[in-house]
Amino acid sequence: MKKGYPRFFLLPGLILLIAIIIFPLLFTIRVTFSSWNVSQSGLNFIGGENWSEMARDVRYWGSLLRLFYLSFLTVAIQYVLGFAIALFAWKGIAARRFFRVLWLIPMMTTPSLMAIIWRSIFTEDIGALNGLLNRVGLDPVNWLTESGPANFAITIAEVWQWTPFMFLILLAGLLSLPKEPFMAAAIDGASAWKTFARVTFPMMAPISIGAIMIRLIDASKIFDSVFTLTRGGPGNATETPAAYIFQRSLQDFQIAYGSTLALTYLILAILTLTIIGKVFARLSKPKGI
Amino acid sequence: MFTKKVKSLLAVGLPVVLAASVVVIAPASAGGKVTRTQGQEVSYASYGAEYANVATTKDGDDSCSWYNTSKKDYSGKTLRVLTHAIPNMGKPTALHAKQFEDLTGAKVEVEHVSFGDLYAKQLRSYQTDTNQYDVVFNGSYQIGDFQQYYAKVPDSITKGNGSLATLTPLYKALYKWDGDTKLVGIDGDRHFLKYRTDVYENAEAKAFYKKKTGKDLAFPKTWKEYNLHAKTFNGYKPAGQPAGVKFTGTTEITQKGGLMFGAFIDRVAPYAKNPNVKGGFWFDENMVPQVNNPGFVAGLTDFVDATKYMPVGGKNFDLSKEIESFGRGDSLLSYTWDDAWSKSNEPTSPIKNKVKAAPLPGAEKVWNRVTKKWDTPKGGINYAPYIAWGWSSAVTAASPQKQMAFDYLCFWGNQANHKLDLTIGDMGVNPARTEDFKSDFWVKEMNWGKPAVDSWLATMQNYEKNTNRVFDLRVPGVSDYMTALENAVAKALAGQATPQKALDEAAKEWNAITKRVGITKVKSAYQNVIALEDNIK
Repeated sequence: MKKGYPRFFLLPGLILLIAIIIFPLLFTIRVTFSSWNVSQSGLNFIGGENWSEMARDVRYWGSLLRLFYLSFLTVAIQYVLGFAIALFAWKGIAARRFFRVLWLIPMMTTPSLMAIIWRSIFTEDIGALNGLLNRVGLDPVNWLTESGPANFAITIAEVWQWTPFMFLILLAGLLSLPKEPFMAAAIDGASAWKTFARVTFPMMAPISIGAIMIRLIDASKIFDSVFTLTRGGPGNATETPAAYIFQRSLQDFQIAYGSTLALTYLILAILTLTIIGKVFARLSKPKGI
Repeated sequence: MFTKKVKSLLAVGLPVVLAASVVVIAPASAGGKVTRTQGQEVSYASYGAEYANVATTKDGDDSCSWYNTSKKDYSGKTLRVLTHAIPNMGKPTALHAKQFEDLTGAKVEVEHVSFGDLYAKQLRSYQTDTNQYDVVFNGSYQIGDFQQYYAKVPDSITKGNGSLATLTPLYKALYKWDGDTKLVGIDGDRHFLKYRTDVYENAEAKAFYKKKTGKDLAFPKTWKEYNLHAKTFNGYKPAGQPAGVKFTGTTEITQKGGLMFGAFIDRVAPYAKNPNVKGGFWFDENMVPQVNNPGFVAGLTDFVDATKYMPVGGKNFDLSKEIESFGRGDSLLSYTWDDAWSKSNEPTSPIKNKVKAAPLPGAEKVWNRVTKKWDTPKGGINYAPYIAWGWSSAVTAASPQKQMAFDYLCFWGNQANHKLDLTIGDMGVNPARTEDFKSDFWVKEMNWGKPAVDSWLATMQNYEKNTNRVFDLRVPGVSDYMTALENAVAKALAGQATPQKALDEAAKEWNAITKRVGITKVKSAYQNVIALEDNIK
């Protein structure tokens, strides 16, 4: 009796875990085998119909491919820009504290609000960007109604919003680096580029991987900017899985089918991010160890 | 002696006076804090500064007039209302709730939500059996999804002296399901053409058109003509063009999720609604979707073609953008709901008195889904106007306050309120009653130009008589069907698929939806739509 007593302390946590993770997950799995939709509520059993429909759903798989492209592209740009800005802030520029705060503002803004601001910039008829182009004598661009410009607009909005996050993590990493390797490089007469390539960058690898992984996890849910800027359009040119699942589940009320899509999306995201994490870990491992 | 006389007088007179006061005074201030007399002027002025300049009107003699409503006592009772966000429909709902409270002593709790949430919240309430609302507002096309949860509207509202008794036959039919009136029709919508008279009635523009095309200029009678006019005048400078506004051919709703399906229906209807083919416009008798037949493809092909003559950003316009764009003078032509029309008639509109209305264009050929051939229409042009959904409301069957709920809705749309609401542009209330079709009201009280008003009223009268009309697909799952359609049309408009391929995908999706919802259920509900399409009484 006394032996088992400490286990009771686990109970609140366990109940919470069951209530907010395990039960919803099991329930979602059960829902995928039903036909719950706008006109048929409740848990009937239709076997694997939703799963086979999903396997044939070209729009869903297309949105996943688009997500790969969008998330990798935006995170790569965020990493490069974030690293560059962090290096500037690390090396010391005038009014460093002021700029550090300034660079963080986009990240501190509500994503949907930021997307609305970007929409007002990209809106084709009365938007600021086309107004600017008009002033310099250029033709307006269909930022939100042509596939290429629409993807560009989303990329810009994402990069603007999340580069500060990279900056913050990478700057923290840079500030924590030991000074000795840099002193040794300076004594050896290494150029700034060589110092960066041979000392700074390798030492920053674990932190970079952490930052990239966190951003990739976050970017795999891209929704706010897509929904607000383009609603997945033109056609389906910018539709991401999150936008598509939202459409199916909460606008069309195909609860069961939407659950199937969401569950698959979750499994794929976990698998992909685990593989990427492993690859990164292997790449960052110092040779010879 | 005197005292005795006074006593006997009081003994007889007092009860009489008291009884009289009960009859004359008390009923007019039964539960609320406001006392009304019969025929008293109705004014919204005391309900906020925004109503300070709204016209006033005499109270009606209908059963739900201000005077008759003030006789009701709902003190201590609460009504739960789900409505749209302010202003469109949300504004009048909140205003009439306050007025109803003042008149009857009731408490009216109004919840304002977005259009998407209006549907979602209702659905949740019904599917979970939680009975959260007494009164709900919705798009009338959703009747197929929800009619089983609505109470039948009593005859006291729809007949005799009821406030909805004067709805035109078209709209009376629209709010029925299986013969019973299930919706309280507070709005009447339809789609029609709007065209700029500073082009169509301008000698210089006519000569320009003649020179360019060899044809005489008159407002477009077919969608092919519509596109030709849009193309010819795209970039033209009309005599009355507002300064700094570039002139283009057409402004249309093109955004997926922005009610674009309505514009699509307008364009395909005359190609696909054959007056000689009965039994279904959207499906055939075997519930095979018709959305990819050559009629639909022809309409979508025209729609895609028109995107070349739209304003900058025009390929991503939702309804509000369409209203804004046409209202500021961006284009020669537009169509869909009344809103852009009202906008162009506002006192500050840069195109006031430069716009007229006409029936939606037709088509010079119409697909016959039975013979699988194109038919040549009688008279050369097939017209098939789309009687687009408008706002409607209902009382839930599970409501414990049905009588109060119907009294509220009846008051909401009583003669005086309806008349005043029509004069406020952002209320979302449009004409649907016989008294609304008198030009005097619009010319004198709204200060709209008479030629414009006449063209508009003639268009509406035309729709009342037309027997080849198209209606929304009012079946369970209608939102799914329309989303699938919009997705396909969006792909075609974006050039990601040909019209045929895009609509083939839509048809495939429609089959899946029908299977999901249940073919028997959809087929049964579709009979109500066929009754409207084929004018079955």
